[in-house]
Amino acid sequence: MILGLYNYWVVVVLMMVGFYIVIAHGNLIKKIVGLTIFQTSVFIFYISMAKVEGGTAPILTDGVEQYSNPLPHVLILTAIVVGIATTALALALVVRIKEAYGSIEEEEIQEKDNLDC
Amino acid sequence: MGVAFAIVLMKDLLAVIMLLGIYGLLSASFFVAMDAVDVAFTEASVGAGIATLLMLVAISITGRSENPVRHKPFLALAVVIITGGLLIYGTLDMPYFGSAAAPIHQHVAPRYINDSMQEIGVPNIVTSVLASYRAFDTFGEVVVIFTAGIGVLALLLVVRRPKDIEKIDSLNESMHEEHLILRIVTKMLIPFIMLFAFYVQFHGDFGPGGGFQAGVIFAAAIFLYAMLFGLSTARRVINQSLIQILAATGVLLYGSVGVVSLLNGKEFLDYSALSSDPVAGQHLGILLIELGVGVTVASVMAIIFFSFAGRSEKKLLQDNKDSQ
Repeated sequence: MILGLYNYWVVVVLMMVGFYIVIAHGNLIKKIVGLTIFQTSVFIFYISMAKVEGGTAPILTDGVEQYSNPLPHVLILTAIVVGIATTALALALVVRIKEAYGSIEEEEIQEKDNLDC
Repeated sequence: MGVAFAIVLMKDLLAVIMLLGIYGLLSASFFVAMDAVDVAFTEASVGAGIATLLMLVAISITGRSENPVRHKPFLALAVVIITGGLLIYGTLDMPYFGSAAAPIHQHVAPRYINDSMQEIGVPNIVTSVLASYRAFDTFGEVVVIFTAGIGVLALLLVVRRPKDIEKIDSLNESMHEEHLILRIVTKMLIPFIMLFAFYVQFHGDFGPGGGFQAGVIFAAAIFLYAMLFGLSTARRVINQSLIQILAATGVLLYGSVGVVSLLNGKEFLDYSALSSDPVAGQHLGILLIELGVGVTVASVMAIIFFSFAGRSEKKLLQDNKDSQ
């Protein structure tokens, strides 16, 4: 059944929502929010690939035969924490931009730059 | 998904960030449904807690409203729809959701599942892969987090003069006298949050948990304290230069475990060198590096939060001066 692919479609839709925010909105904070959504969709993609039908969480217990794949969990676990650290760095840059230009709208920053030239 | 669409439409950034918190919590519950308990743990504390808070502090500096989009979004929409269509076309070749025959389950995963108990002796496979099989990778991640912390510090560091500190203190006092119920309830909750963080840290071998999760939970407790009792009180409790040193100590602890195993004639981060019994050595190694990870993550998050909050204090002070 083609409907067995629904997990990828959810991921693609979320990813495109994030992508749309990044390219269509001028506000820098909003762009970071878009990137966060994009990032989470990738996390969901990895985790959904790790899922095995009838499997359980990858913690060894007696009487359980089928486990989900632990490797994507490891990758995403660290990626989430690295993701928040890089998001914080991006926010710090936005704060500095606000202090330097008085605005976080892309177009206003561009205008200011053009005036300076 | 509905939440994500609402985020696109909202103009008020405060509402957007609240929705982002809800979105983080929802994706954490997705992860539980897909058996990734460790990941769900992390996402719940990072996505719903720390990310939301940092964004809130950031908009308190940059302002909360968004300008309306001036040009028509048709071009962007077209790009998005075409890319999305191509991606969905690409998924047609992918294995079905939950299929055990998918290529991803054929290569290293069976070895981790079947042999990790004899080789590492830790029931939680995620922990043994994270801290032992892929320890070098994890070391890299910790260094990235540490570097990001330094970056934020370099960008946002405020030099504070004693005169300003007094003014800020009086401002803070006036802001934090209210919310009595909240303060008392958090005062009761914070010890339990911290205790839970330690449980997650040291029980990570057996249940879901580990250094990354414990670090973010611990940092969330610090944030909560700083928000309700004022920054200056929090600064008195948590010494700023101490957390900077701690952040570096965590990375160094991780690295030195690797160097010790090098000196014992094994490969970098091969913990079987730490003890005469390889499995006991693995246990010790995992405990140590998870501790390093936890310390670094918690202190880097605290550093990031304090630098942002310090900036917003500075802005508060300037606004106050302007209005006088």
